[in-house]
Amino acid sequence: MIGVRAIVIGGSAGGVAALFKVLGGLPADFAIPILCVLHLPEHRDSHLAEVLERKLLRPVREARDKERIAPGMIYVAGPGYHLSVEGDYSLSLSQEEPLHFSRPAIDYLFQSAADAYGPDLLGVLLTGANEDGAKGLAYIQQCGGRTVVQDPRDAQVALMPEAALALHQPDHLLSLSGIGQLLATLETSAC
Amino acid sequence: MISERNIDIEIRLLIEAIYLKYSYDFRDYSGASMKRRVQHAVRQLECRTVSALQERVLHDPGMFMQLLQYLTIPVSEMFRDPDHFLALRREVVPLLRTWPSIKIWIAGCSTGEEVYSMAILLREEGLLDRTIIYATDINPNSLDKAKQGIYSLQSIHDYAENYRKAGGRRDFTEYYTSAYGNAIMDSTLRENVTFADHSLATDSVFSETQLVSCRNVLIYFNKELQDRAFGLFHESLCHRGFLVLGSKESVDFSAYGERFEPLVRPERIYRKS
Repeated sequence: MIGVRAIVIGGSAGGVAALFKVLGGLPADFAIPILCVLHLPEHRDSHLAEVLERKLLRPVREARDKERIAPGMIYVAGPGYHLSVEGDYSLSLSQEEPLHFSRPAIDYLFQSAADAYGPDLLGVLLTGANEDGAKGLAYIQQCGGRTVVQDPRDAQVALMPEAALALHQPDHLLSLSGIGQLLATLETSAC
Repeated sequence: MISERNIDIEIRLLIEAIYLKYSYDFRDYSGASMKRRVQHAVRQLECRTVSALQERVLHDPGMFMQLLQYLTIPVSEMFRDPDHFLALRREVVPLLRTWPSIKIWIAGCSTGEEVYSMAILLREEGLLDRTIIYATDINPNSLDKAKQGIYSLQSIHDYAENYRKAGGRRDFTEYYTSAYGNAIMDSTLRENVTFADHSLATDSVFSETQLVSCRNVLIYFNKELQDRAFGLFHESLCHRGFLVLGSKESVDFSAYGERFEPLVRPERIYRKS
């Protein structure tokens, strides 16, 4: 598989543990930027970026407004703000109403990233007890990008992947370890 | 993909039409959020396409006012990020006190929650009587709501909790009266407040100030427009004046990064260098 310039990942209930598994086996020189939205409590500081960085031993940062997406970075959305990708491949934050009771919303990240990257995007939807991400993932496919859904039988909570499967036929339906292996085989295309 | 390209064209044309016809300049707003808001408006205003919405907006100023309500984000609360207001109280107020009279500009005040928060804080610190607050926004409907100062009791209960965490010294109920499920803010809080229509995209500086508060407005701007806004704030602020931003906003990556120094960095409180 060639041509993937960015990866977006969404998850909710059980998402942190799932993310560890999916990203834990990436090669050290993995250069494709990864953007993650996990549903978090609105009014609490999140230490997700620090926790991930310590565990994965690769650079992880809470996404900042107007920051340019850099190769080799993992970005996670902080609580209370939606995270989007702009047409110039920078990040932006916004405070529109919560979507599916969540801010950040997975759909907003997926849709905006699909607009920016078109066919060069890979979208991954993991475990969760919420329908957020289903529409966004279908939209990624509509824009020519590739989609991956965690097999509901493998998911801690099946609702989120099931909602995605109800809306579109993903390119890959995989367990967490399968998703990890798939990501590890991706090659960065020359931008 | 072709329909996607169409929608991007349509949104640009709509924004251009709004600018030419009504002088509201959204051309340098961040694209992703703007696209969602336009699409939301298209659905809510029951238009088939963005172009159809554009036609109605061009020919009907009332329709433009309706659209404006979707394009601006009236998401706000009182004492939002309580730690921010606690830092204002502890770190900024003692310095603000040294000026004989104080002018504060709340830019993008939306429906007024930031204005009442600031006024309450200043009153408790004994500074409200010698302060003038300019509260500006581009949305006249939001400004009207800000002037009225009426909020739902339900949201007021959340604000009371914020207020307490922000170092509030009184019982929050002293600042409003309840009627019909609403809270009406104490009108003396806005005696020294001037509400005015002002655009960070097209207007210029109107007064010298000691403090500018602009929270969760700049995230909707692209870098160029952010720099324009920082330029206005820098020009308006007196020597060693204060600039306070939203919890995810920063001067660090702007053209003005060197011209402000952080006073309380995590709470986005800066001082003119």
